Amino acid sequence: MNPDWPVLSVTIFLPLAGALLIFLQQGEDEATTRNARYIALWTTLVTFVVSLFLVAGFDRSISDFQFVESYPWLGGTFRYHVGLDGISLPLVILTTFLMPITILASFGVEKRVREYMILFLILEVLMVGTFAALDLVLFYVFFEGGLIPMFLIIGIWGGPRRVYATFKFFLYTLAGSVLMLLAIMAMYWQAGTTDIPTLLKHGFPAGMQNWLFLAFLASFAVKLPMWPVHTWLPDAHVEAPTAGSVILAAILLKLGGYGFLRFSLPMFPDASEFFAPLMFTLSVVAIIYTSLVALMQEDIKKLIAYSSVAHMGFVTMGMFTLTEEGVQGALFQMISHGLVSGALFLCVGVIYDRMHTREIAAYGGLVNRMPVYAAVFMIFTMANVGLPGTSGFVGEFLTLLSAFQVNTWVAFFATTGVILSACYALWLYRKVVFGQLEKPALKDILDLNPREVAVFVPLVLLTILFGVWPGPVLDTSAAAVAALVQDVQSALAPAASSLVQIH
Amino acid sequence: MPFDVQSLMPALPELVLLAGALALVLVGAAGGDRVTEFMDGAVILLLAVAAALVIWLPGERLTAFGDSFVLDYFSRFFKVLVLVGAAAALFMSTDFWEKERLRRFEYGLLALIATAGMMVLVSASDLITLYLGLELMSLALYVMAAFDRDNVRSSEAGLKYFVLGALSSGMLLYGASLIYGFTGTVSFAGIAAAAKDASTGLIFGLAFLFAGLAFKVSAVPFHMWTPDVYEGAPTPVTTFFAAAPKAAGIAIFVRVAIDAFPGIVPQWQQIVIFLSITSMALGAFAAIGQTNIKRLMAYSSIGHVGYGLVGLSAGTIAGVQGVLVYMAIYLAMTLGTFACILAMRRNGKAVEEIDELAGLATTQPLVAFLFAALLFSLAGIPPLAGFFAKFYVFLAAIEAGLYALAVIGVLASVVGAYYYLRIVKIMYMDEARPAFEAMATPLRIVLGVAGIFVIFFFAYPAPIVAAAEAAAKSLF
Repeated sequence: MNPDWPVLSVTIFLPLAGALLIFLQQGEDEATTRNARYIALWTTLVTFVVSLFLVAGFDRSISDFQFVESYPWLGGTFRYHVGLDGISLPLVILTTFLMPITILASFGVEKRVREYMILFLILEVLMVGTFAALDLVLFYVFFEGGLIPMFLIIGIWGGPRRVYATFKFFLYTLAGSVLMLLAIMAMYWQAGTTDIPTLLKHGFPAGMQNWLFLAFLASFAVKLPMWPVHTWLPDAHVEAPTAGSVILAAILLKLGGYGFLRFSLPMFPDASEFFAPLMFTLSVVAIIYTSLVALMQEDIKKLIAYSSVAHMGFVTMGMFTLTEEGVQGALFQMISHGLVSGALFLCVGVIYDRMHTREIAAYGGLVNRMPVYAAVFMIFTMANVGLPGTSGFVGEFLTLLSAFQVNTWVAFFATTGVILSACYALWLYRKVVFGQLEKPALKDILDLNPREVAVFVPLVLLTILFGVWPGPVLDTSAAAVAALVQDVQSALAPAASSLVQIH
Repeated sequence: MPFDVQSLMPALPELVLLAGALALVLVGAAGGDRVTEFMDGAVILLLAVAAALVIWLPGERLTAFGDSFVLDYFSRFFKVLVLVGAAAALFMSTDFWEKERLRRFEYGLLALIATAGMMVLVSASDLITLYLGLELMSLALYVMAAFDRDNVRSSEAGLKYFVLGALSSGMLLYGASLIYGFTGTVSFAGIAAAAKDASTGLIFGLAFLFAGLAFKVSAVPFHMWTPDVYEGAPTPVTTFFAAAPKAAGIAIFVRVAIDAFPGIVPQWQQIVIFLSITSMALGAFAAIGQTNIKRLMAYSSIGHVGYGLVGLSAGTIAGVQGVLVYMAIYLAMTLGTFACILAMRRNGKAVEEIDELAGLATTQPLVAFLFAALLFSLAGIPPLAGFFAKFYVFLAAIEAGLYALAVIGVLASVVGAYYYLRIVKIMYMDEARPAFEAMATPLRIVLGVAGIFVIFFFAYPAPIVAAAEAAAKSLF
């Protein structure tokens, strides 16, 4: 059931209107700065409300794309084609939900506020567009376009080594993506179209699938990021401003995971099966290795960044089990990680705004002066560890469950990662929050102000809600995921039977 | 045989330009530097009239002078580009000459003659016309490079360009004579009919001809003159060089390859692939260390020629379409970029170091924003126009199965992105230097139009893509 107005396109492009409004405000004085903040906040709020129409109008029982819009664009078969299914809808909502929160959290930014807000609004357009695109070229345009605002956000408002970090981020991601672009072109000439729904049914020759898979892997592995191409992430996270880190961790990383789900699995099923052992290995290495690295960090943001890489390891592991539980778990893990890691970066931002340092050693005993903050930080730390009752548990549990079915060793090693994540997360929490408040600089630190409470309340509620009742996400994605897994398995079935005949 | 004036119709735009040039020479000789302002206006008007005529002239394919001159959709496309590029470069130059006290009436005239040469070049359909157009263009360009004649760097640039240009013309003529010797004709259609299989002599001729053309478009390894001439020539002249002659050079490169040698595609494909790969790689790597923005743009232009040639390497309709789209977008990007470079003036003097742009985002936010958009576009980042330019040429390369070329090309574009980003970083992330002088109106107009073009190209790309497709089809 589609409403009679282009609700999806409105959701995608509405933030652009806000960006234009801010752009038209000239001057650097107090009033324009305040206007820019509020325009950005209201634009993202309205966008979120509009995106709720998508939730309301979405039919959970069908696996096809809904809210489809298609117009001629580049000529030929390249079209402006957008639509949502159960896999992309939760990610779109995650984006529109987190945007007002990050805008609100960056009200403390004093430097070049107009440009800051414009860039975040443009970034929202590009992120939602990436999830909604149903044409490969359109997808690529949105996917890559996000580099420009993020480059500027890290480079202008970041920390001391921001220039190094932002170049590394940009060039790493670009290098991965251009190979995917060539793969897209090869798919176009093979299949005659870049229309995603058509390509999902196309069935590429098995030999070609491996090359295409590797090209897409180059892009998504960098974006996700997977070990060993994750090294841009800690740098980018550490140097980015708080809101930049939140967007990066919560949404931009999910573009990689989404890419695997949307393209790699259904379009290259044979290659996915062929490369599954590789993906499992990389996932397990990511989970264990980056968890160990996280244990050694002295910088709070860096620790959380490494823990992100580890959590993304569960996502890839779940997906490449090619089972319904695994894919559901991976998707849920992405949503949950979006909420939790975003919230953790916000938590770091709170104390960074007050103390201007991210050194773990500079803190200690915060619970004495900041009880509310300690409670909030506790909830998200637990969610990060994957404690039952928080959203973090559901995703890890489902992905581990599916991994046990497919390969016990993979599951075994991945589970040690859960233990390690408890080690570093709890260690961090103890160092920062518990103990005596001894550092003189911390004597006057203030607890959360009302604006910060407003930032955290929705995140806390959703983290716990999804922990005890994951239904809203899992039900939405169920039909699409079931169809995806079924398509993959049926594409693999003839190959398997032909193998039987040979032997 | 009675002379039929009607038969000159296809060359009407060129005739208008040349007649105008002759008339303006007289005006200039009589009036001296007092008529400079009138001269520049008149030249731009003539270019506009010529553009209108190019678009207005009827028919799909018109020929003149015994089939040695052809007006088809392909040449129309490039003629419009050439005229727009020349007019915009001239439009932007006036303010610079004014401020440098170099305003002379000859400049507009030389630009007009060079443009007429490019128009002939684009329409050439035999080797003689090709050479005529090429030399008419080049001779005027040599003088333009040395236009600031009391300046050592400018005279050096002019001389260097002339000596190396003469060498390349020699190679081109040598190649042309070999081709004539082995096929017995100079017309492209005749060569195509005769060159069904690749004899060694013909390949020799082809290689020399392509070497001469590669020099004109500054493809590696015939690029040596470019950085010195770009840096040494006065900035408006560099602007002129970077826009219209580049488009004309690529146009004739494509026409010769496709029209005259369709029978031996694998042979010339190797040459073009080599030129393309080396140009992309050198353009990407050599630009990294540059501190002078004009020199950097020279390497950037070498790289972009490499990308353009990727489309030609494919040798298909899609490939030629890619080249056409590429050149149209490149023209807009390069004009906009040079508008910014021309605006780099402080204390009455032009500055050329990249570091002088530091903090432009705080002193002139709008200029910095548009310049950044142009730079991201040059780097080929979507959704800006430069991405679609690269998209079409690589699409064609993949279709033709040139996977190695495509992979090398896109990886070179990642390296190239670095130095464009570096300029963005200097503008947005470095400590601000004192503001530049206020930007002259012509520069504002060109920068604004170019900026809007690259930013909004994605929203309505159909006209250029469709025109390029029609033009590409007219060659096959």
